[in-house]
Amino acid sequence: MFDNVWLIPLFPLIGFLINGFFGKKIKNEAVIGGIGTLMIFMSFIVSCGILLQMIGLPPEQRVFEKVLFPWIHSGNFKADMAFLVDPLSAVMIMVVTGVGSLIHLYSIGYMHGEEGFYRFFAYLNLFCMSMLLLVLGNNMLVMFIGWEGVGLCSYLLIGYYFHKKSAGDAAKKAFVMNRVGDFGFLIGLFTLYWWFGSNHNIWTINFTEIKAASHLLPYGGVVTVATLCFFVGATGKSAQIPLFTWLPDAMEGPTPVSALIHAATMVTAGVYMIGRMSFVFIKSPETMMVIAVVGAATAIFAATIGTAQNDIKRVLAYSTVSQLGFMFLAMGVGAFTAGIFHLMTHAFFKACLFLGSGSVIHSMHHALHKIHSHDDAQDMRNMGGLRSAMPITFITFLVSTIAISGIPGFSGFFSKDEILWQAFANPYHGGLNIVLWGVGALAACFTAFYMFRLVFMTFFGECRINAKAKSYLHESPLVITIPLMVLGFLAAVGGYIGLPKLIGDMFGGIPNYFEHWLEPVFALANQYSAQYAHHGAHPSHAFEWSLMGLSVVIALIGIGIAFTMYVQNKDLPGKFTATFPALHRAVYNKWYIDELYDFIFVNPCKAFGQFLWKGFDVIVVDGVVNGVANVVMGFSGIFRYIQSGYIYNYAFSMALGVVAILGYYIFK
Amino acid sequence: MHVLTEYPILTILIFLPLAGCLLLLPVWNCRVSARPIALGVALLELALSVWLYVSRQDLPGVQTKLPGYLLSQDAPWIPSFGIRYTLGLDGISLLMVMLTAFTFCMALLVSWNSIKEKTGLFLTLMLTMEAGIMGVFLALDLALFYLFWEVMLIPMFFMIGIWGHGRKIYSTIKFFLFTMFGSLLMLLAIIFLHLLHAQQTGLATFGLHDLLKTQLPADTQLWLFAAFFLAFAIKFPLFPLHTWLPDAHTDAPTAGSVVLAGLLLKTGSYGLIRFGYPLFPQAAQALTPLFYTLALISIIYASLVAFAQEDMKRLIAYSSIGHMGYVAIGIAAWQPVALSGSILQMASHGVTTGALFCLVGMLDERAHTREIAAFGGLWGNIPKYSFFFLLFSLASLGLPGLNNFVGEFLVLTGTMKKSPLVAALAFVGIVLTLIYTVRLVQEVLFQKERQPLPLADLSLREICILAAFAAVAVWMGIHPAPLLDLVHAPVQLLTGGGL
Repeated sequence: MFDNVWLIPLFPLIGFLINGFFGKKIKNEAVIGGIGTLMIFMSFIVSCGILLQMIGLPPEQRVFEKVLFPWIHSGNFKADMAFLVDPLSAVMIMVVTGVGSLIHLYSIGYMHGEEGFYRFFAYLNLFCMSMLLLVLGNNMLVMFIGWEGVGLCSYLLIGYYFHKKSAGDAAKKAFVMNRVGDFGFLIGLFTLYWWFGSNHNIWTINFTEIKAASHLLPYGGVVTVATLCFFVGATGKSAQIPLFTWLPDAMEGPTPVSALIHAATMVTAGVYMIGRMSFVFIKSPETMMVIAVVGAATAIFAATIGTAQNDIKRVLAYSTVSQLGFMFLAMGVGAFTAGIFHLMTHAFFKACLFLGSGSVIHSMHHALHKIHSHDDAQDMRNMGGLRSAMPITFITFLVSTIAISGIPGFSGFFSKDEILWQAFANPYHGGLNIVLWGVGALAACFTAFYMFRLVFMTFFGECRINAKAKSYLHESPLVITIPLMVLGFLAAVGGYIGLPKLIGDMFGGIPNYFEHWLEPVFALANQYSAQYAHHGAHPSHAFEWSLMGLSVVIALIGIGIAFTMYVQNKDLPGKFTATFPALHRAVYNKWYIDELYDFIFVNPCKAFGQFLWKGFDVIVVDGVVNGVANVVMGFSGIFRYIQSGYIYNYAFSMALGVVAILGYYIFK
Repeated sequence: MHVLTEYPILTILIFLPLAGCLLLLPVWNCRVSARPIALGVALLELALSVWLYVSRQDLPGVQTKLPGYLLSQDAPWIPSFGIRYTLGLDGISLLMVMLTAFTFCMALLVSWNSIKEKTGLFLTLMLTMEAGIMGVFLALDLALFYLFWEVMLIPMFFMIGIWGHGRKIYSTIKFFLFTMFGSLLMLLAIIFLHLLHAQQTGLATFGLHDLLKTQLPADTQLWLFAAFFLAFAIKFPLFPLHTWLPDAHTDAPTAGSVVLAGLLLKTGSYGLIRFGYPLFPQAAQALTPLFYTLALISIIYASLVAFAQEDMKRLIAYSSIGHMGYVAIGIAAWQPVALSGSILQMASHGVTTGALFCLVGMLDERAHTREIAAFGGLWGNIPKYSFFFLLFSLASLGLPGLNNFVGEFLVLTGTMKKSPLVAALAFVGIVLTLIYTVRLVQEVLFQKERQPLPLADLSLREICILAAFAAVAVWMGIHPAPLLDLVHAPVQLLTGGGL
């Protein structure tokens, strides 16, 4: 089965080619959607096969590389088109193809009747192929094809409604910000490549080979440079400070896109990349510190913005940025398993939330359309009381909200609590660990608040659209609700494969399967970390329990505030805004970061380009040239005379020219 | 013995297009029959060059005088001056020969309907130019090289002057002045080098492989290299010698732009690799910081200016300057990986930019304007066209999996080794490239439909052209290994091995 790993990206590629080139002729939505969904589902089956085979093997044999063909070979530089299958990529392909299949299925219903239906499925398939290349690549460059490929698909899909200027602008912004990050990725790649090459004569960008040689890397120094560069790449793709502003704008794309690309898969690429190169990152305590701090800062920063948004998808977008911050926090404190674990549970609940919001928007849109209203179908201020009209959407949404808020028993609790615990107990960042934990816990409180605010505003209370439209609200068809139910189920129970030891022990020693599974991947990194960081005395169980209890209390406080403000006492939000107008405006306007970037980067760049062209190129450089040209004006007159003549003139002058040149050589 | 070595295949490559010109004479005024003849000749050239490529491993190689060459030809031509007819084909030339043959097929096809006046003359000029460019890429005698250099330029003056649009006379004179200025300096340098060599050894020769052995004092070397460099830098073009290019491109007919961007610019970089650096290594070394600086300015400057353009063709012309800047950086680094990247980038840029110029030409034929603001939402209107437009824009901005990425990546990899700062600054250009390319795509393909008339989508002929370009672009992006292999040996020889 391992040998067939190349089939995994191939199927979506076939789907892309079929739908991309013939979709317009096929026309039939069921066929187009069917092909798209089937192709990614086939990849899912192959992935399952690989996973099963891997489970059957002893842990140390769970690595396999498959070389397809040589790609770029130039001197010492070698990059093959090759795949790496190990427990980490197995988790990733399962998430990508599994969640991907569900979202494809959902899209058949959601995109029904859209112009360019075939285009949508072609892009989705292309995206999946790129994402699979990203997670399967056995060297940095194949990863980079995927890395850029997902960026491209994200661009195409955000700009899916290409007639809308706002969609186009959002797409452009995403593409450019990602490219800024790529800059870092490539510099990091070069740095590692040349360092290994010139110092140890190891010419490689292959992950396995770098892993084998990673003991040669020093702590800090060149590794810090390289890993910081890689991390810049990760901030672009995973929407971290300072390159996060594209993700909320990316909500201009259709909702399934937000679920697949901007929640479950692409944006997690940065986290995956750090996991893939954990043995390099761990060698730089400085970079780890930066990652942890940026992650924690992003988590809290985005969470604050999420509290003031009224567009249902934007709340979820900021929530995604914030949750990605949690993952980076985990990576930065060396808790790689916890980071990947949160990546997976987040894929379940956030995909479910996005798809659920899509279901709501779908229904709202339909109802508003029926009464010819132009109200915003995504604005939560127009919603309310939807739970009776849309019970399945409501229940799955609620389950996922509970999961993301970190209520015990649901998937998000296990992964997020693990991250907070590790942030506290990590031995790397000295006194900073309490700060990291505190910020993370506060962000968790905000998370619970804005998510329940969303749920209360959308599903509870009075329905705020007019009564006529209300009668048109309805539950979405099965093709939409089935993916919701599956994802809702996973959001509820997905966490049990990674039970914390503390809880596992309580139930007769259930092991943390997830940690054991990824053990071979991160063992080396853990070994390196032990060499420089002193693991102090392990905090007591009682302490761990109380910390866990504290984080639950914090989540409950968030929910409680949301309940007070949006269910019990609905004047409170208004009063709050009235009391602190400046604060509200700043938060509502996303702390004016976009405006700041426009001011610092975008506008000067535009003006400078204009100046160089109109000012420098045309006046200065051409001025000199034209001066020379004017001197030979006479020549120009002759030329004009020749030009207007007969073809014989041209032939003659050509011949003359040749003769003159030949003559010059012969009779010189 | 391989069948290719039994015939003077290199001479055939150069003179076949000229023979084609003769064939055109009887049908000078008959457009219908002249076009297929010219295209037939161009296709024959393409077939020949591909045959050479396919059978490159069976060629015995040239052992004696020209190590590293696959094929060569040598005969006395004007013995009194020591001018010989020396041709040689190595991996670099072969790649350029294939690019030339391919580009001319495309250029002839794209101008199939658009050249309505003086078709006979147009086709003759095209074929003459092909002969000249083939000669430039094959000549190993400096006098012969200079001859071909001029032969390829003269038809271009006429092409812009006669079939161009806008301020065509202004543009062609500007082009003429720039190139002639450079050529004359180079000619002086060639003659000077020739005399110097004759003085030292008593052997009057223009042969590259003899002149390589000339002992040159440092300052002489510097002056001679400066003259060569100037001629080639104008062709590149490097800032601040670039202003002829946007004008020439904008006012040239589509076929002219395709040849100009696809091939004429490459003769500059080829000349530096083949002649400039090997002949004057110390001078080249000394001028490297200057070369880097100009190349970096070209990249960043051109990208910024491209962002401000309103005319599509002018935008692509400026983007050309930027892309050639990477070629320049790779040469300046003079390091095997970077140099391989430069050479591959030369071919890649020819394909991508050639295709983009074709696309703009096609749009111009339909809408009679190239103003970016005149278009919008083409994706909904002419999807096939838009697909190709997007594809080549993506190639141009360096998407991995398409052709430009490989070259630019290798250039940056190699340069990173030599001077990390230059590589890092060049990266800024990569971000800027994305910005102006995405802006172009955005304004033209997306947003609201703005064009006044419903436009017709691509014809079969146009699809064939673009599909051929696309096939090459994808192939070079996914499987560049054979091409890199092709240039590996000559690059090792040029850079003296090492890293």
